[in-house]
Amino acid sequence: MPCPYVYSRCKISFLLNKNSHLNYILRLADSPMILGQRLSEWCGHGPILEQDIALTNIALDFIGQARNLYQYAAEVEGKGRTEDDFAFLRDPLDYKNVLLVEQPNGNWGQTIMRQFLYDSFNFYFYNELKNSTDTQISAIAEKSSKEIKYHLRYSSEWVVRLGDGTEESHAKMQNALDDMWMYSGELCAPDALDKEMATAGIGVDLDKIRPYIVEKVDAVLTRATLQKPESSWMQSGGKQGKHSEHLGFILAEMQFMQRAYPEAEW
Amino acid sequence: MSKKNWPLWEIFIRSKQGLNHKHVGSLHAVNSEMAIENARDVYTRRQEGVSIWVVESVHITASNPDASEELFEPATDKVYRHPTFYDLPDEVKHM
Repeated sequence: MPCPYVYSRCKISFLLNKNSHLNYILRLADSPMILGQRLSEWCGHGPILEQDIALTNIALDFIGQARNLYQYAAEVEGKGRTEDDFAFLRDPLDYKNVLLVEQPNGNWGQTIMRQFLYDSFNFYFYNELKNSTDTQISAIAEKSSKEIKYHLRYSSEWVVRLGDGTEESHAKMQNALDDMWMYSGELCAPDALDKEMATAGIGVDLDKIRPYIVEKVDAVLTRATLQKPESSWMQSGGKQGKHSEHLGFILAEMQFMQRAYPEAEW
Repeated sequence: MSKKNWPLWEIFIRSKQGLNHKHVGSLHAVNSEMAIENARDVYTRRQEGVSIWVVESVHITASNPDASEELFEPATDKVYRHPTFYDLPDEVKHM
């Protein structure tokens, strides 16, 4: 039986860095928050009624996931902040979403391509996240997985429909793929925080899921008759708070009301 | 979006407590798979149902309202077609 002093020290270092835990939860929340915001820009502007509803449903799914995670982050931080404080009062440098989700919507094809690249990662990521030793994260992952399964089905089908479509739709999808490709690597490139959380059993081991994602993306792109870009150079920095110029504009629009009228409520 | 490539589909939804699919509306889609997904997005987002049937509208034949007289009126005065002349024993309460 180890002496009590040694035992409690071991316990503290086993209870990983509390900041890391919080930062990881915020990182999980920020990507769906920004992607939900981007997708909601389509509201009322969809090419066809049913797709307008489909995309905005998906946007709501993401915002719901972000809410669950921000609420949990507030609990873990324990300083009295709320989900709204995290969403509406943090600056771009504090946001840890991946670069992919802040890219512009562009045309329908570009939105779908961005969505597909994100969904193929998200599906395998959340599948693993269900096994998190953090029971709250695991519960959130369990619920979100069902939504994400539908997202992947939806975006994959559209990639194939447009890729293996007319000459025009094929060209637009190839352009979209060429544009978005360099943002796809960041999704499963583990950094120090990812590795720390995976080791602690809380986060996902990105190296483990990468082969499945690659297989899925390859399969869909092949069916869509699209050419995967050859370049392996990838953009990164979003997870560390280094964003493209787009995020500033997204947050300005999203946060304006809360910042201009603090404490305002519906 | 041309009418040829995006035909109209009639949507039928069965609710969780229901035994039959009810007609809830229509939408456009390219094929039956997309019609199911569109129906899921448009007609089940408030938990309206647990099962979806889609039928391309051209496959539905409706009765002609002008023919309502000969189709439906003859049944109004044939009370013997309803099983209401029997005394049901108590044991068969829920007939």
